[in-house]
Amino acid sequence: MRFPVYLHNVATLALDEDKCTGCGACLDVCPHAVLVRHNGRVRIDDRDACMECGACATNCPVQAVTVQSGVGCAMAVINTALGRSSSSCCCVIETSEQKAANSSGSTATPR
Amino acid sequence: MSYTVDPGLYAVGQPDAGSPVLVTANYKMSFDRVRRSLDGRNAWLLVLETDGINVWCAAGKGSFGTNELVLRIEGARLEQIVSHRRVVVPQLGGPGVAAHEVKARSGFRVTFGPVRCEDLGRFIDAGFKAAPEMRRKTFDTWERLVLIPVELVDALKVAAVAVPLFFLLGGLGGPGTFWSNALNYGLFAVVCLVGAIVAGAVLTPILLPWLPGRAFSLKGLIPGIAMAVVLVGLRTSVWASPPAPLEIPAWLVLVPALSTYLAMNFTGASTFTSLSGVKKEMRIAVPLQIPAGVAGVALWIGSRFAS
Repeated sequence: MRFPVYLHNVATLALDEDKCTGCGACLDVCPHAVLVRHNGRVRIDDRDACMECGACATNCPVQAVTVQSGVGCAMAVINTALGRSSSSCCCVIETSEQKAANSSGSTATPR
Repeated sequence: MSYTVDPGLYAVGQPDAGSPVLVTANYKMSFDRVRRSLDGRNAWLLVLETDGINVWCAAGKGSFGTNELVLRIEGARLEQIVSHRRVVVPQLGGPGVAAHEVKARSGFRVTFGPVRCEDLGRFIDAGFKAAPEMRRKTFDTWERLVLIPVELVDALKVAAVAVPLFFLLGGLGGPGTFWSNALNYGLFAVVCLVGAIVAGAVLTPILLPWLPGRAFSLKGLIPGIAMAVVLVGLRTSVWASPPAPLEIPAWLVLVPALSTYLAMNFTGASTFTSLSGVKKEMRIAVPLQIPAGVAGVALWIGSRFAS
């Protein structure tokens, strides 16, 4: 059995080969070598190894790579289902809007 | 609990205008490990505010992100301090940092460094080039072992309530006095709860690559069943008193149910599980775990009063 690889055919990773310019930015950030360059073209080589971290999509300058990113954490799914907020637990499923709010939020450093 | 360093620009060794700029989080452990891995090389360390969260988790949340990096580059006046226009961002910062946006907004080119800071020296010496194995996140036995204490602390928070409760409930009903019952049935309940935690939060992580199945809840079932069989063997052989009716089936159900639940929670610590996969696994596993847990507890409470 290959390890580490998780469930078959669930990852939401997609590559629009018409949009892709082959710049390879996605290849550098993927921690599981899901994407490869083949004859100058980027393609998805091992979708089952994708953990949906979202690094490839974030770093694609032309939005050719898309994925519904999130943390693969059962406790986060439970926390979110129970309506706990991120302030009460470090681990919740955040929507892309919340993530965007975090990354553009103030950089004030209360301590 | 705060284990942080102040964000901003730090000098490691005697850096000059040509020295590399390495970006990290303000989690003190990340900061210290990056400093140590430089092994005498001179560099600038640009620390982002992530509220003491490590790079990967903070990048997933977005706090280790494009905006924070651009603001720190500007705040440190990096363009006046170094003559080059490159910042090295850890690869696992990728979910938060969009290299092309950083370039457009700050003029600095992001080069993604290796996954592990132990590879930083070789990465720098190779002209900021990562070998393919430096780009892979592994999950080897040692990486899994060091996570076990985290799983145990989480499990023990619940166990701190459940263990005394089961011990005292063991004293109710039954043939003897309260304390002799507690020391028989209650004490065995404590042993079973601890055994279930060991199966789900210790044995499953250690044996992860070799356990059958891909879903973590399925992987946790094998150590859970094995643990239940061993415990029942103990209960029916060397234990001081014979088992009460329903007591054996109660633990044969409850120990595997707890083990599979705890194993499922190890998805959060793993380095390769996807959210889509975890949701799919939970849609099947949780509707089985909850009835099994309820049935196990009901059987055991029944065993206290069945004659």
